[in-house]
Amino acid sequence: MAGANKDQTLKRTPLDALHRELGARMVPFAGYEMPVQYTEGIIAEHLHTRSEASFFDVSHMGQAILRGGDVAAALETLTPGDIQDLPVGKSRYVVLTNEDGGIIDDLIVTNHANHLHLVVNAACKDSDYELLASKLEGRCTLEDRKDRALFALQGPKAAAVMGRMAPACRHLLFMTTEPLKVAGAPCLVSRTGYTGEDGYEISAPAEDAEHLAGLFLEEPEVKMAGLGARDSLRMEAGLCLYGSDIDETTTPVEAGLTWTISKRRRAEGGFPGAGVILRQINEGAKRKRVGIRPKGKIPARAHTQVTDAGGNIIGEVTSGGYGPTVGGPIAMGYVGKDHAEPGAKINLIVRGKALPGRIEKLPFVVRRYVTR
Amino acid sequence: MTTKYTSEHEWISVEGDVGTVGVTDFAQHQLGDIVFVELPEAGKPLNKGEQAAVIESVKAASEVYAPVGGEVIEVNQPLEDEPGKVNDDAIGEGWFFKLKIADAQELDGLMDDGAYKDYVKGLE
Repeated sequence: MAGANKDQTLKRTPLDALHRELGARMVPFAGYEMPVQYTEGIIAEHLHTRSEASFFDVSHMGQAILRGGDVAAALETLTPGDIQDLPVGKSRYVVLTNEDGGIIDDLIVTNHANHLHLVVNAACKDSDYELLASKLEGRCTLEDRKDRALFALQGPKAAAVMGRMAPACRHLLFMTTEPLKVAGAPCLVSRTGYTGEDGYEISAPAEDAEHLAGLFLEEPEVKMAGLGARDSLRMEAGLCLYGSDIDETTTPVEAGLTWTISKRRRAEGGFPGAGVILRQINEGAKRKRVGIRPKGKIPARAHTQVTDAGGNIIGEVTSGGYGPTVGGPIAMGYVGKDHAEPGAKINLIVRGKALPGRIEKLPFVVRRYVTR
Repeated sequence: MTTKYTSEHEWISVEGDVGTVGVTDFAQHQLGDIVFVELPEAGKPLNKGEQAAVIESVKAASEVYAPVGGEVIEVNQPLEDEPGKVNDDAIGEGWFFKLKIADAQELDGLMDDGAYKDYVKGLE
């Protein structure tokens, strides 16, 4: 069993006291003490998110503002994502790449007219900020918004709850963001998330975090959910976890993230790893990220080997576990392109035994984003 | 009937030369929602400390070790369909398997109820 790591250097979010009061099990995650689950457990929290609405504290994630005269063009030197084409008030999922076409981080960029707002992974934020500051020196300035908390309200009832908390947010559509007052606090409300459900992410002043969280939890549809449910929800939704499903050794093309690279960026290039990435777009990548559905009940975890019928190793699981909505084990990972077709039979080597499974189309559950 | 505990959070309840083995309530609580249990086969000889079963929770796989050596004489088959019994009743319906104990002296090295409670307190 995983023992509690009493690392003195672990940071705490503005909701730390609330998590403990609610009986959360706190675990070290990306340098923070974070709630992995509350008293009802991961499965109950997961299912509540899919039927009602859950409140997640994701204040460990990095929030930063990037400013500069040509900030969009400048950021495009570090990502194949299309930033210049991003309308004001819109958010976009992009990746930062290295010279080999590998992914340094995945992030959400929002255009706030006179600056860009970035939300990056907790484990990557220090290195991302260093990269941005050094590569864009003289063109842009980066402001770390450590003074902000970040929440996610996710689930089919999220819109009804947000409509009561901040009526002006009713017209927001998926991947749009607006500065709004929530219970008097100046927030940035985005219709985004990491669960496959409709919902919002709310950037709030750290000093208002506890008060706001309390107000959300007073809403009848809302319960807290921890990182455990967040992980099973995003796996079912087929969404990548940085450090597991994508990292510096995987390219956006292999990861199935080619859609983040616009026609213009493909035509113009001019991003790190463009040679590798554009060649893979044109010729296909040797391996692909796929969904994997183990037959039976035994989960196949990250690093499980994937073999073909002949016992040859064709890939590896990068995320795997139990999907409460699916009602069984689910996984994703990379396999050679010849084995990546949905329906292809594969084996998963779990504790020395070859368990049957098949490649499955992602996501495992229908995403319910509100796009119009 | 006496019940003993290991530092790995297994319990063994002994009646004559038969021991019933499971994981403790502390263990199931730490593991969280259990979604699959892989049980040993009846007839399997186990040495003390040998891996006997696997618990899959939502988050991770964990091993269950034989608290003492012996032969597996019965397994709790219903757990394969209802692994949640381990969460609901770890020291009752959530038992894993029964062992014919090879050497009763191996029980002496295990903790009794009071010692285990103190041990768990030290972990919290």
